Amino acid sequence: MTLGLEHYLVLSVVLFSIGFYGALAKRSAVIILMSIEIMLNAANIALVAFSRYVVPGLLTGQVFTIFSIVVGAAEVTVGLAIIIAIYRRRETIDVTKINLMKW
Amino acid sequence: MGLEIAFWVLTIVAVAAALAVVSLHNIFRASLALIMCFLAVAGLFVTLSADFLAAIQVLIYVGAVAVLIILAIMLTREVQRGSFSNRLNVPVLLSTILFLGVAVFAVMATSWPVVTLPLLEATTTALGSELFGEGGFILPVEIAALLLLAAIIGAITLVREE
Repeated sequence: MTLGLEHYLVLSVVLFSIGFYGALAKRSAVIILMSIEIMLNAANIALVAFSRYVVPGLLTGQVFTIFSIVVGAAEVTVGLAIIIAIYRRRETIDVTKINLMKW
Repeated sequence: MGLEIAFWVLTIVAVAAALAVVSLHNIFRASLALIMCFLAVAGLFVTLSADFLAAIQVLIYVGAVAVLIILAIMLTREVQRGSFSNRLNVPVLLSTILFLGVAVFAVMATSWPVVTLPLLEATTTALGSELFGEGGFILPVEIAALLLLAAIIGAITLVREE
């Protein structure tokens, strides 16, 4: 069986689902950020796979992936800074206990 | 044939590492599993003949993002508390399985316009001319630089001592 676009897309969907579960069901803010990184990686796999199989030679998907990596790096920087700032004030990063802005 | 073997091995490693991230109780071990997942994704980029992106993935995700996450784990003493699920565990699991089924069905049912053209040998030069060349992505590159600057300043402002 030769590799096709569907193989990579299904892998991307599976990784995205795992990240989706982790981002919604976990208490620790660090684990939630790690799950979001897994979801970003799944999207990158889909972008590169489309670039490889649908428009080979144009590299548009790979350019998008570079921007996605840039945005992911910026997001994790600010996210971890927010987590550390919250930990300094409240001594916990359990997201079920950080409910200051809950209606 | 070698490509297929590499794809399946890397797929198993990536999915197992991602499952370990969301299921391990020790947060430090979860971050090490995350590094494993990033490395497997870099290998998958190689099987998609995206050599430059594989190098970028190793440099930025394994080199920078993973180190930042481990630093945050060390600074917040999360390892003693461990990683637990909140009370939405079961509904989230059900909706995740539902999403997985719908998305896999959508991927399989769509007929993608796959073309077979010769691939580029090395993508670095082509990516560079695509990003910086005539009619390329020079404005998004500048915006990305501004975004990184804003992220750096924001992070410094947030964690600075009063």
